[in-house]
Amino acid sequence: MFGPIGSRVRKFIAESFMYRDGLKTLDDQESLLEKGLIDSTGVLELVFFLEKTFNVKVGDDEVLPENLDSVRKICEFVQRKQQPQSQVCVA
Amino acid sequence: MRVEDFLSGSASRFADKVALVDGARRSTYAQVDQLVNRFANLLRSRGLSRGERVVVYCDNSLEAVVAIFGTLRAGGVFSPVNPTTKVDKLAFILNNCRAAVIVTQYKLLDVVREAMAHSPTVKTCVVTDAGEIDGGENIVSMPTAMPAATTTVPCEPGIDIDLAMVIYTSGSTGFPKGVMMTHQNIVHAANSITTYLGNTPDDIILCVLPISFDYGLYQVLMTFRIGMTLILEKSFTFPQVVLKKLTDEKVTGFPVVPTIAAILLQLQNIKPGMFPHLRYITNTAAALPPAHIQRLCELFPNTKIFSMYGLTECKRCTYLSPDQLKNRAGSVGKAIPNSEAWVVNEQDQRCKAGEVGELVIRGGHVMKGYWENPEATDRVLKPGPLPWEKVLYTGDLFRTDEEGYLYFVGRKDDIIKTRGEKVAPKEVENVLYMLDGIKEAAVIGVPDVILGAAIKAVVVLASGAKLSDKEIIRHCAGHLEDFMVPRVVEFRTELPKTASGKIRRSEVQAEAMRAVGMNV
Repeated sequence: MFGPIGSRVRKFIAESFMYRDGLKTLDDQESLLEKGLIDSTGVLELVFFLEKTFNVKVGDDEVLPENLDSVRKICEFVQRKQQPQSQVCVA
Repeated sequence: MRVEDFLSGSASRFADKVALVDGARRSTYAQVDQLVNRFANLLRSRGLSRGERVVVYCDNSLEAVVAIFGTLRAGGVFSPVNPTTKVDKLAFILNNCRAAVIVTQYKLLDVVREAMAHSPTVKTCVVTDAGEIDGGENIVSMPTAMPAATTTVPCEPGIDIDLAMVIYTSGSTGFPKGVMMTHQNIVHAANSITTYLGNTPDDIILCVLPISFDYGLYQVLMTFRIGMTLILEKSFTFPQVVLKKLTDEKVTGFPVVPTIAAILLQLQNIKPGMFPHLRYITNTAAALPPAHIQRLCELFPNTKIFSMYGLTECKRCTYLSPDQLKNRAGSVGKAIPNSEAWVVNEQDQRCKAGEVGELVIRGGHVMKGYWENPEATDRVLKPGPLPWEKVLYTGDLFRTDEEGYLYFVGRKDDIIKTRGEKVAPKEVENVLYMLDGIKEAAVIGVPDVILGAAIKAVVVLASGAKLSDKEIIRHCAGHLEDFMVPRVVEFRTELPKTASGKIRRSEVQAEAMRAVGMNV
């Protein structure tokens, strides 16, 4: 699912967070927080990656679990950001 | 007074007031008090005797708080353990303190089962969040067992000089040491800190720090001591969620560590005056850079900023009165109320202003020693001014100014402070050496704007060995708490050594500091 966005996000999460825990697979729906994969500095790395890779600007008020807490949420968030005048969750 | 009296006192004064907010759950003092009685009776029904240890290995939650106070009310001693601790270290702690009970969550049960297999003293494992568990009679479900436990107050838990807590701290030998705190120690520290913070029952505290860490734990203890309200968050992972809580709950007290402050200061959507209810922010664990203090003062113009300093062995040593922040931004102040702090030179004489020496702490908050480790205890607890007392030699180097305000200079040993937590390089090096292919290793701290210091492993591989930085980090993550795992690995062909062949870690550390333009 989510085509090239999905594969790049999955690759980033695997290389940045999952290898530390030796985790081989991660369901697109699974919560990164619940899995213990991401912390406050990990979130900063993730935002930096999204901005650089997909040429989007992530506002501070968009750094929310609703947008970033699973592969699926991240991909949907990026898709929405790439569409002009789209709605994203803000704090 | 014993620590569990904090709760019974507030429950009798403020029965219907919200004591604890955990996600969507809001529990009053009367409700928490009743849960604590049930848990204490559950522990007693499982055979817990006075003075026996109960390890609490959980994320921040209502259940973890109930486990801590329930243990005390049953007459036990609690030991909070970071939930990112891995099997080997958990088994070490269970064996070291000869725990009788471990309290944990379903997601951590596999780790606990493996550790319990090597820990014969553990008779009971209580799982806080699972109804049905297939695991034999030594595994108990808290949701199932609690309703059946009685709500009567257990009799004779003990007296105030009894041990209340064993809390493990990273030891320079590479093995954690259990800091022993009596009820008196904790009551003394909680009274002193709530005095200088000016806490009242109207305060609402937001805690994002793990309660396995004494700074987080004391937010719970002090809340119950005064009858305040605690908003207990699991982490600071999504800062915006936490900021919304600050506003929605009208939070008055927000404890942070420098990493949290650094992240807050990067946020663009915080504007001065956004948090009119916030009475104070406290910082400890490591010093805030003066530039960060100034920015915090600008962003929180009506909030008092408390710069504090402490170590697990006495909980808290000093604090800087917020009115001194402008003129003494680099200072961590003076001794906390009802305690003393002074600086001594190598000859154990008191230093003059400006002279660097070791900080010594005197007061009722100083620990009783390290659990079953008299040698390590004797290195830090030494005779004090009165014949019957011991004072704490902190291992931290300080100087004072002419008015007696204290300034942190550095550590006497090589302990690294990262994310506000202490890491002994030796503990990380021991784990590195478990990996086939590592011939030599030196673990150092490198400056990092968010973490304070980032852990770096400098390694030499055995001939023919092929290991990538990711393989090394993954191995470490399998054995160490998250904050101890190296962020960076550097490969070298050799490490500097002494004439006797010992690796000169201090030389590697100094090289790293010079590389970023900092002389040591």
